[in-house]
Amino acid sequence: MSAEPLTSDDVAARPTGVRVALFATCASDVMFPGTPKAVVTLLERLGCEVVFPDKQTCCGQPFANSGYFTESVPLVRNYVDTFAPYDYIVGPSGSCVGAVRHQHEMLAEHAGDAGLAREAGEVAGRTYDISEFLVDVLGVTDVGAYFPHKVTYHPTCHSMRIARVGDKPMRLLEAVKGITILPLADADRCCGFGGTFALKNPDVSVAMAGDKARHVADTGAEYLVAGDNLCLLNISGVLNRQQAGVKPIHLAEILAGTEEDLR
Amino acid sequence: MSIPVAGHPAPRYEGGPRLTPAPPEGELIDSPGFPQAAKVQLENPVQRGNLQHAMTAIRTKRQRVVDELDHWEELRVAGEQIKNRTLRHLDTYLLQLEESLTRAGSVVHWARDAAEANEIAVRLVKEALADEDVQYDGTGLADDEVVKVKSMVTQEIALNEALEADGIAAWETDLAEIIVQLGHDRPSHFLVPAIHRNRAEVREIFLEEMGRYGKPAPEDLDSEPRNLAGAARLHLREKFLRAKVGISGANFAVAETGTLTVVESEGNGRMCLTLPQTLITIVGIEKVVPTLEDLEVFLQLLPRSSTAERMNPYTSLWTGPSQGDGPEKMHVILLDNGRTRVLEDPKGRAALRCIRCTACLNVCPVYEKVGGHAYGSVYPGPIGSILTPQLRGTDAGMSTVDATLPFASSLCGACSDVCPVRIPIADLLVTMRNKVIEAKKEKGKIANKHVPFLAHGEPAAMTMGAWMMADSKRWSAATKAAGAGGFLLKKADHIGPMPWPLSKWTNARDVPVPPQESFRSWWKRERGGQS
Repeated sequence: MSAEPLTSDDVAARPTGVRVALFATCASDVMFPGTPKAVVTLLERLGCEVVFPDKQTCCGQPFANSGYFTESVPLVRNYVDTFAPYDYIVGPSGSCVGAVRHQHEMLAEHAGDAGLAREAGEVAGRTYDISEFLVDVLGVTDVGAYFPHKVTYHPTCHSMRIARVGDKPMRLLEAVKGITILPLADADRCCGFGGTFALKNPDVSVAMAGDKARHVADTGAEYLVAGDNLCLLNISGVLNRQQAGVKPIHLAEILAGTEEDLR
Repeated sequence: MSIPVAGHPAPRYEGGPRLTPAPPEGELIDSPGFPQAAKVQLENPVQRGNLQHAMTAIRTKRQRVVDELDHWEELRVAGEQIKNRTLRHLDTYLLQLEESLTRAGSVVHWARDAAEANEIAVRLVKEALADEDVQYDGTGLADDEVVKVKSMVTQEIALNEALEADGIAAWETDLAEIIVQLGHDRPSHFLVPAIHRNRAEVREIFLEEMGRYGKPAPEDLDSEPRNLAGAARLHLREKFLRAKVGISGANFAVAETGTLTVVESEGNGRMCLTLPQTLITIVGIEKVVPTLEDLEVFLQLLPRSSTAERMNPYTSLWTGPSQGDGPEKMHVILLDNGRTRVLEDPKGRAALRCIRCTACLNVCPVYEKVGGHAYGSVYPGPIGSILTPQLRGTDAGMSTVDATLPFASSLCGACSDVCPVRIPIADLLVTMRNKVIEAKKEKGKIANKHVPFLAHGEPAAMTMGAWMMADSKRWSAATKAAGAGGFLLKKADHIGPMPWPLSKWTNARDVPVPPQESFRSWWKRERGGQS
């Protein structure tokens, strides 16, 4: 992967010169650094200037969804302070981006902080999942990616029903050179992750994950693709235990790879 | 007498042998909590198979009939708005309903809670039975009985058990409710109560139990659905013809005209509504709609969302008694039982829009795995998880099971998307989780302080986590520690089974070894802290 900072000439030479603040998400920052790295590679290849405001931490969703509204407000505050200066905030997660857009304003309102609620609403309106940013803002579906493998795509609940990214990830995947996309049965069913649900109701969670893993294995795909690493962690946790031989990969990591990379 | 609330039955009849099949021992509200109850249900492979088969079929069918309508979203918005308007002016519409019902010749009763409703209903049944040629004598002989239309509200107040305690047999007449009642069981779903049973189980229940409570099933009964239905028809027919009192709920109560509505699929409900001399209808106060025209919206939304039918097979509408046609006496009990408390909460009140279609159960991946019995309420599934705790109260004294219900969801959001009256169920689950945590804080179970080391267990982890993540320096230090942990484990690429509490994850799922360098560190190293 290219690690050289863009020069101003490079940016000027590209079709877009959009400045993007990367919202790496805490989980990918620590556990799946390859995903935010892929977002950097991909966006820079498409002519964006990518910055990583290092004041960022977590969107607060794990706390809010566990019922700890008061405790999550400082995280909303931190998100707003971190990203307020940017026009485009892009993250590789329908769930985290969804939480920013769907919960931040509510949490601030719940705390009785109208000022924070207004700011949170504004910053949330500039926060995008990577698939939305590519298709809606940059207007591309063919990002020049190459991935000569059989994959199947799990749409993830929060990408579908909170962030509402629709068919954008699939359109991006379909434009990847060399890829074979195999249909996944019951794709829209939850994998059973659900954040702390997986720990509070481990038995039900594992039963749900088992169904998803079976459907994934049945496709015969080499890779399971999704736009949320924690859903992938859950499903691949079962697949790996069963030695099913299907590898998890984030959508951004497929989109970041080009034919040149393989030479 | 303790007040029975949603799924909390009245005291058991102890005066002699039971008149109707006894339900399982124990009270729903005494459930040890959803996670434990769910584990028990998961261990029943037959039930899991039955549920998966039935849920997949009904879900697929619903999607097909909903997709046929290009104005489905407009219908949902209309349903939501009619319900919101009605709930905003509920006092006005209820008084109008009382006036209309009275004008049409029904007698209206008001019940604050389950105990009051049961007391009124039992008294009315006794009066009605005393009126007839066969006297009510409390001995539980064949004529001290009522026939029932399938009704959720009567289950909510445990009316059958209240009647049984006074020596009156309450016979369910909905095919699935008979399977449940004869099977000494509890409903597992509030539209298709016997969804957890398959044909072979139904046949066994009919052969074993029907003869004890009326006409026996034919000895050569097989498990063909039409033959099972035939056995139920013969068994029920003598009860329909004999009963002097019918008891029903209502799907809708029209304020303007005093018209009550029952929406059902079999016609057995209509038998109960038309054959007995006396009809007692128990209606939750949220069932009121302003006008008959409003039914146009709901009678499109409900069948498609519930049984996945374009039009409902048996829709009964009645407006008071008519001379020489159907029941001569009609009573209506308007029940609160926690509903005004739900109404007080500007967010939570959206749950009162529910029209009991069960689309949210049918699409719920959690419900599909465990069925209704794990929820400790007559209202299971996603809607039950937001409605039950609110009806019973989300204060510091809330029950163990109610405190677990809002967490009985992966928050996948499928429920919110199918709800025909657009209840934001997944959002309300999160709202209810907050109420549970606040109630626990109030009860002193959780140290309500931002001092991590004073708290314990989950609250400690949550407080500590939030504190750490509210500041990027603390977070950055923590991520470095995680990387160091990964260094120790680097010989393997995955982590297998681990001790409790990590076992909750690793009993069935591996975890990749954390990478040694976080993205943050990589960026700093590669880009020199450019930001």
